[in-house]
Amino acid sequence: IYRVYTIFILFIMLFIEFLLHQILRVVAKDEVQLSLIRELEDLDFWRGVTDVHSPVDVRVPSHSLQSVKVYLETLDIEYSVMIEDLQVMLDEEQEEMDSALRVVEPRDTNSFDYSRYHTLQEIYEFQDMLVAENPSLVSKIVIGQSYQGRPINVLKFSTGGTKRPAIWIDTGIHSREWVTQASGTWFAKKIVTDYGKDPALTAILNNMDIFLEIVTNPDGFYYTHSSNRMWRKTRKPNRGSNCVGVDPNRNWDAGFGAPGASNNPCSETYRGPSAHSESEVRSIVDFVKSHRNFKAFVSIHSYSQMLLYPYGYTRTPAKDQAELHSLARKAISDLATLYGTRYRYGSIINTIYQASGGTIDWTYNQGIKYSYTFELRDTGRYGFILPANQIIPTAKETWLALMAIMDHTNKNPY
Amino acid sequence: MATGDLNPNHYPAQRAAKVVQHYLNTRHGSPFRLFGLHSVENGSAENVNDTGRKYQLGLTVHEIISNTTLNCTAEVIFPDGAEQQPPVVQVSCEDLSKSNATAEEEAFYQQYKSNQSLVSAQNLPDSYGHIDPDKKPFWHLGIVASSFVMLNESNENTLYNMAQVANITQLATENEQLKFDSHILLHDMVSQEILHWKLLFTWSPAEGVEVQDMEQLRRCNH
Repeated sequence: IYRVYTIFILFIMLFIEFLLHQILRVVAKDEVQLSLIRELEDLDFWRGVTDVHSPVDVRVPSHSLQSVKVYLETLDIEYSVMIEDLQVMLDEEQEEMDSALRVVEPRDTNSFDYSRYHTLQEIYEFQDMLVAENPSLVSKIVIGQSYQGRPINVLKFSTGGTKRPAIWIDTGIHSREWVTQASGTWFAKKIVTDYGKDPALTAILNNMDIFLEIVTNPDGFYYTHSSNRMWRKTRKPNRGSNCVGVDPNRNWDAGFGAPGASNNPCSETYRGPSAHSESEVRSIVDFVKSHRNFKAFVSIHSYSQMLLYPYGYTRTPAKDQAELHSLARKAISDLATLYGTRYRYGSIINTIYQASGGTIDWTYNQGIKYSYTFELRDTGRYGFILPANQIIPTAKETWLALMAIMDHTNKNPY
Repeated sequence: MATGDLNPNHYPAQRAAKVVQHYLNTRHGSPFRLFGLHSVENGSAENVNDTGRKYQLGLTVHEIISNTTLNCTAEVIFPDGAEQQPPVVQVSCEDLSKSNATAEEEAFYQQYKSNQSLVSAQNLPDSYGHIDPDKKPFWHLGIVASSFVMLNESNENTLYNMAQVANITQLATENEQLKFDSHILLHDMVSQEILHWKLLFTWSPAEGVEVQDMEQLRRCNH
C-alpha cells in the first residue's frame, strides 16, 4: 500500500509540476550580458542562447523565480514574462487537444469543412495539406514570427517566373474578425480549384503571383479561442502598463502619430511604441520591401460591408482616387450579383473614420496602387460573431470582388 | 463637422441613422420585432444655436424578423455640451404601427410568466455565431434592452451595435411583466472598444421593454 501511496504522490506532483512556472523572455544587450545569461545553464531553455538582441526563452520553476529575476535585474538584463503560468497554458492546450480529438481530422483539403470556424492548429495543418496536394502551384513561406514565437505563414501561388508582379491578400490581422480567416482558407482552396478551369483566374496566375496570409495575427487568434473571443490586437505586453497588445492596423508607418489612433496601451486602437514595432507588421513590411514587385494589396477585415481605399490618415485624396473609386464600384457590384449583399465604398476617412498608421495607407505610399481594405459581413446584427453558415456565402461573394480587383490589376500593368 | 447636404454613404449620416435604429428598437422592439438600419437615402446637417447639431435623414429600416423594409424620415439632434447627453430623435415610418408579431409575443409571454423555473441563457450568440432557436427571443430582448443604452450613449463620434448577450437571467416578479437581469457586450465601431453593461429590465406585450437599471461595468484586466 506504501507503493500505491508513493505512486499517487508522484502522479500528483507530475500533474502540478508546472504550476506557477513562468517563461521569461530575456534579451542580451551585449556579449557580456549574453555570457551571463548562459550562466543560467541549469534552467530549461525553450529558445536557446544565440546572439545579442535575439530573445532567449527560459522556463523558470516557481521556487527559482525570485532569485532568477533578482539576478537579471541586478545585472540590468532586460526580460519580460512571456507565459505567466505555464500550468494554465498547458491545461488549456490539453483541453484543446481533447476537444480536437473528438472532431475528425480532415485527411485532405477536400474533406476540410469550410463551413466551420477552425483553430489555429487546424489552419496551419490545412496550409501544409494544400501545399502537399499542389506542390507545383503552392508553396509556404514563413515570413517571420509572432511575438509569442508562432510562425507567420504566407501561401504563394505561382506558375513560375521570377519575381513576377504580385497580388497580396491578408486576412485575420484583427483576430476577432473570424469570418476573415475562414474566408482566407476558402480563397486558398478556390485558387487551386479554379486554376486551369476558370479563364480569368488562369490568365492572372499565368502572369502574376498571388500571396495569401490567412492568419496575420496568430497570437491574437489563439487568444480568441483560448480566452477572449473579442480580442483584436497583438499579444505583446506594453512596458509600464497592465494592458496588452498593439492594434496592428495602426502600427504602420503612414501618418503614424497623427490623429486616428491612440497612444494609450489600454486602447483597442493603440498604435504601439513606434511604427512597425509589432513583428506581425514588420514581417510584412520587410517582405513587401524586399519583393519590390507588388501591384495590388488587399487587407481583409470585418464587419461593416465596405470596400475602402486610401487614405485613412488624411483627407487629401489619393492621387489615383478616381480609378480606385470606379474599380471599387465595379468590385462591389460584382459582389452583389451573388446574394444581393450591399456594400458601401469610398476612402477610409470619408466612409468609416479617420485612422492613422493603417496598412493600405502604407502600401499605397510604397507605390502599390491597387491598395484596398474590405470590411466583410455583416452590418452589426451579429458583428464579429457571424454564424458559421454565412462563411461560405461571404467568401464566395467576396471572391467576386477580389477577382474584379485582380483582373483589373492584371490588365493594367504599371 | 459636416454641414449642409451629406453624402448618405459617408459616416456622418450613417452614424445619425444608426441612432434612429436604436430609437425605433426602444419604442417598438420586442422578442419578435427588431429593427436594423437598411440604407440612408439622403441627409443634411446644420448647427442649431444653443442646442446642438441637427440631422434630417431619409432612410430605410429593415424589420428583421418579418423581413420587411420600411421607408422613414427622421430628425436627430445631438445636444451641445462637454458631457454625454442622449440625442433627441423624431421619426416617422410608413406602416410602423402594424406588427405581425402579437400572437408570438403573447405566447412567449405566457410561457415564461407561468413557467415553474426561471430561465437563464449565456453567450448569445456563442463564439461560432450560434444561438439555440428557443433562445433567440432572449437575444432579441437583449438587443432591445441594450438599445436604450446605445441610444443614451450615442453622439456624432460613436456607432454602436450589440456584440453579445453574455448572460440573461429571468427574475421572479409579483407584477405583470417578465423581469430580467443581463450582462451585455456593446461594440463601438469608432473606438473599436467592447463595453460591458449590466441591465435590469422588464418586458410585456403591452408595455414593451422598460429598463429599470443600467450600469457600465469597468474592466480592470486587458
